[in-house]
Amino acid sequence: MATIAAVIASTHHPFYYRASTSSGADRPPFADEWVAKIDSFRQTLTAARPDVLLMVGSDHFHQIWLDNMPQFLVGKAPVYDANFYNEEREFGLPRMVLQGDEELSGHLLRGGLDAGFDLAFSNELRVDHSITCPIITLRPEADLPIVPVYTNIFAPPMPQPKRFVELGQAIRRLVEDWPSDKRVAIIGTGHLSLELGGPRQFGPHGPDPEFDRKAVNWIASGDLESALAEVSLDSLWLPGNATHGFMDFMLMMGVAGAGAKADYSDSLDLFHTMEAYFTWYPESAAGGAEGASS
Amino acid sequence: MSKYLLDKFLFTVDRDLDLVERYREDPAGTVRWWEAERAGLILGCHSGERSTWVAFTEPERTALIEQDYVKLFELGAHPFLTLTLFIGLFERDYSEPLGFQLEYATKLSHWKLPYPDITT
Repeated sequence: MATIAAVIASTHHPFYYRASTSSGADRPPFADEWVAKIDSFRQTLTAARPDVLLMVGSDHFHQIWLDNMPQFLVGKAPVYDANFYNEEREFGLPRMVLQGDEELSGHLLRGGLDAGFDLAFSNELRVDHSITCPIITLRPEADLPIVPVYTNIFAPPMPQPKRFVELGQAIRRLVEDWPSDKRVAIIGTGHLSLELGGPRQFGPHGPDPEFDRKAVNWIASGDLESALAEVSLDSLWLPGNATHGFMDFMLMMGVAGAGAKADYSDSLDLFHTMEAYFTWYPESAAGGAEGASS
Repeated sequence: MSKYLLDKFLFTVDRDLDLVERYREDPAGTVRWWEAERAGLILGCHSGERSTWVAFTEPERTALIEQDYVKLFELGAHPFLTLTLFIGLFERDYSEPLGFQLEYATKLSHWKLPYPDITT
């Protein structure tokens, strides 16, 4: 059966690419610290020696649109073109091409459907910065096949937070049951408190530092019980109008498992939003033969 | 209210480089042309198949013509779509980094929670 080499949850910040590659007067003052933190975070994936990346993210109204809106969708394509023209325009993101893994896509779809998740699928999916930001930060070589899983954290009505957790738990089981000798890293990106297109956008910190502190503690300690008790579709409007992206973190907490403390945890308080980075090594927790961090 | 159609305008204009420029240069003409020619096109459907029932309300049409993002926020247009298109339209006119985005926030600063419902 496949091995879960690492579980990784992260914010995705489309400004990182430009900040990290700029120089001279164009280089923002926080860039060096940010790059150092990302370099350290990247090591946590490199050390896990993954063969394939299962990547949870959310399309930002690029290909997925309101005339046909899936709640959860699995990419099933041999290749994924990546990034869109308005992401080049606004963030300077490069166009990319990522290979797919149709066997794992098919396994997730069949198993997910049979487990009670009516997953949509796409055979021609162009992925956006929710997928490419973690490629840029964690695997800039972009040399591993991916399976994208998209969630709707953007367009109400959305699924309940509990459903995101349950999907994460199902993904964990399905990957563990995949008849393959591959090492799979499950990577998901979302947001802490975030406001876009509202009065609290682009402040000196994220719009709700208190929410961010609580959320980081929930994730780092695997405290699903508290997260589920405090977070609802209604409550997520309060920390910032784009904070439903936190449900992708909750999905990843479902993958990592209730009570699973992150083996690696870091954060960075930036203008506009707090960055946060977490890695779990299920192999080590299970007393596997070779802990990926050893 | 036709929040979906507002969002469709923002979405379809933003993804077309030429339309972004056309909307910047001629907002009234672009909005009227779009409502007459493009509003009903069903994206991802057979070419030429159209919805017969979509139309802006007068306040929605006016907000788009006046490029009034504060009003669009009040009308329940999706804030991410509004922000993204308006960055494409106007960020270039500001010399300071995030100058446009911060002005945008200030102009919305009279809004407290709850914000207008964006459910379509």
